[in-house]
Amino acid sequence: MTTQQSLCQKFMEKAELVAATVAEVADMDAAVDYAVNLCGEKEACQLQVSGCTEPLSDGAEALCDTKQKKVLAAPGLDKVVYDRLAAQCAENGFECIGSGMREYLAGIDIGFTVADHGIAETGTLVLNSSGEELRLATMVSEYHVCVLPKSRIRDTSFEVESLLTEDMKKAPNYTAFITGPSRTADIERVLALGVHGPLQLHILLLED
Amino acid sequence: MQKAENLKEYRGELKEALDNDFLRTTLDNFAVSYRAGRANAFKDIDTKALIGEIASIKDKAAANLDDLYEEFKRNAEAAGVHVHYARDAEDANRIICEIAKATRSRKIVKSKSMTAEETLLNHALEDENLEVVETDLGEWIIQLRHEGPSHMVMPAIHLSRYQVKDLFTDVTGKKQEPDIEKLVKVARRELRQKYIEADMGITGANFAIAETGTIGLVTNEGNARLVSTLPRVHVALMGLDKLLPDMHSALTILKALPRNATGQALTSYVTWITGENECLAASDGKKEIHYVVLDNGRSELARDPLFSQVLRCVRCGACANVCPVYRLVGGHKMGHIYIGAIGLILTYFFHGKDKAKNLVQNCINCEACKDICAGGIDLPGIIKEIHTRIQDEEGHPLPSLLLGKVLKNRKLFHTLLRSAKWAQKPMAGDDGFIRHLPMVFARDHGFKALPTIAEKPFRDKWPDLRPDVANPKLSVALFSGCVQDFVYPEQMEACVKLLEGHDVNMEFPMEQSCCGLPVMMMGEKKAARDVAVQNMRAFQSGAYDYIVTMCASCASHLKHNYLKLVKGNPRLESLAMDFSSRVIDFSSFAHDVLKLDPSEFRVTGTRATYHAPCHLCRGLDVHDAPRELIRTAGLEYRECDEEEVCCGFGGTFSMKFPELSAELLRKKLDNVEATGADVLLTDCPGCVMQLRGGLKARGSSIKVRHVAEAMADNRK
Ligand code: SF4
Ligand code: SF4
Repeated sequence: MTTQQSLCQKFMEKAELVAATVAEVADMDAAVDYAVNLCGEKEACQLQVSGCTEPLSDGAEALCDTKQKKVLAAPGLDKVVYDRLAAQCAENGFECIGSGMREYLAGIDIGFTVADHGIAETGTLVLNSSGEELRLATMVSEYHVCVLPKSRIRDTSFEVESLLTEDMKKAPNYTAFITGPSRTADIERVLALGVHGPLQLHILLLED
Repeated sequence: MQKAENLKEYRGELKEALDNDFLRTTLDNFAVSYRAGRANAFKDIDTKALIGEIASIKDKAAANLDDLYEEFKRNAEAAGVHVHYARDAEDANRIICEIAKATRSRKIVKSKSMTAEETLLNHALEDENLEVVETDLGEWIIQLRHEGPSHMVMPAIHLSRYQVKDLFTDVTGKKQEPDIEKLVKVARRELRQKYIEADMGITGANFAIAETGTIGLVTNEGNARLVSTLPRVHVALMGLDKLLPDMHSALTILKALPRNATGQALTSYVTWITGENECLAASDGKKEIHYVVLDNGRSELARDPLFSQVLRCVRCGACANVCPVYRLVGGHKMGHIYIGAIGLILTYFFHGKDKAKNLVQNCINCEACKDICAGGIDLPGIIKEIHTRIQDEEGHPLPSLLLGKVLKNRKLFHTLLRSAKWAQKPMAGDDGFIRHLPMVFARDHGFKALPTIAEKPFRDKWPDLRPDVANPKLSVALFSGCVQDFVYPEQMEACVKLLEGHDVNMEFPMEQSCCGLPVMMMGEKKAARDVAVQNMRAFQSGAYDYIVTMCASCASHLKHNYLKLVKGNPRLESLAMDFSSRVIDFSSFAHDVLKLDPSEFRVTGTRATYHAPCHLCRGLDVHDAPRELIRTAGLEYRECDEEEVCCGFGGTFSMKFPELSAELLRKKLDNVEATGADVLLTDCPGCVMQLRGGLKARGSSIKVRHVAEAMADNRK
């Protein structure tokens, strides 16, 4: 196995350990297909076990009413790829957005992003999310789909340390390490996924 | 938050917690699963080296707080952030209230911050008529219940799903189900609206990186990201101790923090924020960011040679996770705001001696916390030191003063012990236990039988026992400690019997006395020092290769604390260094030095299980030797569940908190009985006393013995 292959392997194992779904894609077209398929398969605004069926206070209920159809957000995406995504969404009757995330804070179905780096040791995505639109897409989406080019996988966090420091020196900067979906164990220490952030994290390892 | 005025009230509170079955079960399960999770998370890591690295990073930072703060401030301000220094809690709260006013903020969302708990920030904000909502699920729950956290990482660990269901039913005005997944989703959707409405977001910070003016936030839920993104104003409140020079330091700490906290390799989110970030809700498209850096006694702590290590704490909460006392009574009784071992300490520094004076006595000194602390802090040592200080300030209670006085005078002490033998006569049974305890004692201490003082102490027997060795290869001095000398001399005799025939010359210096640990545990540091000096002098004259002791607590105290006790006196320091380096526990001596061989023993196959004394397994890091000796001596070793968890003795602790001691003992003995062993072996007379007394009170047939006794029996 080449170093890169073994890093990929390690990354996959570690990411799956923290409940991320990992798949390999040959190119960006395949990644776009994956996101659109996933959007099609998932139920609209279903917060899994407890979707819109749980009774909420009136204010919180009202917020939920703002969402009408399935939404896929992909801020900060390369134009060619975005166009392809938008076209497929249109075909499937989904709404595709590249900005204006603040109109969708009740939640969107899918946030589609590309990671800057991966850290194999912990199955972590490193995402420079200085732009607010991109940041929100990774947070208010029910499913976060993130493309990680294989060549960007490093072994440990220390190998991205100098890059991080450089980025921080060019402030403002907002960088996230994302390791699996949002989680809590605050009630009786029982693990529950999807507290404030995504319920699912899909990582697409891109051949490059 | 404990509210007791005195120890008696505090004991009452503890009793209440002990009776809370839900809490007990939850914390029991947690203690067991945490241990496994942590071990797994660190399995490929050189944990000791990593802890050492963190300690040195944090120590350097603490020594450089002023410079780091200046550099952090300069870089953060260059990136458009406002940086404020807050002298104390009140100052911090005032600054934040003013920011709220200046930015015309009315609604505030918060993500979890222990520092904000420390300053009671929510109260201050609410007094200004601001709406504050906690967004971390656990914090939100306790906020709604008007409680403080009961754990630093899992603040609502003391509550059941049913309590949360009732609470959420109230909050939503709709009936909820006791289903955790569903309750979590209810919180998600209820809180989403709060983020959207908020003007200001308040977070803490796990790291403040001077080189770039960056803050780092470590969370699992993702709420800190929303709190720092959606509102137009962001305030981060952090202690001065969060300052670090660079990213490398932060990443090093990050390697241990989640692993130690929850057994996770990394939390779901780690967020690095630098400078005034894009905020599309603000009129100029930029977020207004304020860093409030809180001192509240930290810079003073940093200058204290002993206490500065407290600033190494990274708030992983692990010292509560492994604490047997926390496991029994929970965080509301094991801290004021900060919880666990570090909670006892920080309560003193941040919230004052009145709040701390009962708490600091509630440490059994088992060293479980010290063993796993991410910063390598000597937590039990510092707890004792604070206990001493409080007593110095408030006056020492009579019993501890008396014991201190008595111990300092060896002859008096030993005379008292000898006369106790006569005083106990009317109560003594003929089986080595005191049959009838005086009534005052019996009420709380009935969970175990207490031993009687031996007919003849070891020191009186020694002249007849001392073997003549023609060609000694080794010369050892025996240190008995008071319990083995006066209560269990037969344990010492077993040791002598085992060493015989191995060309070991033995001496028992008569001037030796109590090791001094009991008085140290009672906060009588001066008496502890005097006794230490006496003992070192008693052993000075002989040229011993080893000082062997059969008592794990004595061994660990002699080895680790004597030097600390005489710090500052160079002559005594060098004496202590020489003395301590020769001290060895019986098991290590028999196994590693004498290398006792199975051929010397009969094989009886007696089923034996083992209790690892805290001061042996953690205090001296001895794990394998006693277990291997059991097998060497021809017994069948049966592993016991939680073998390295404290038996609840803790010397004077069991007198002060008998209810807690009894509970710890109960658990220990349940595990022991489950092994099906005939005999329970251990390496410490204190543990023997506790365990034997407990089994006797249960009417169990399991015998409790020192490892050496079982070995001596089987010696051919
Ligand atoms: S030494 Fe033991 S009892 Fe004391 S605080 Fe640490 S873990 Fe708790
Ligand atoms: S004292 Fe040590 S174990 Fe306790 S919270 Fe701090 S770093 Fe963690």
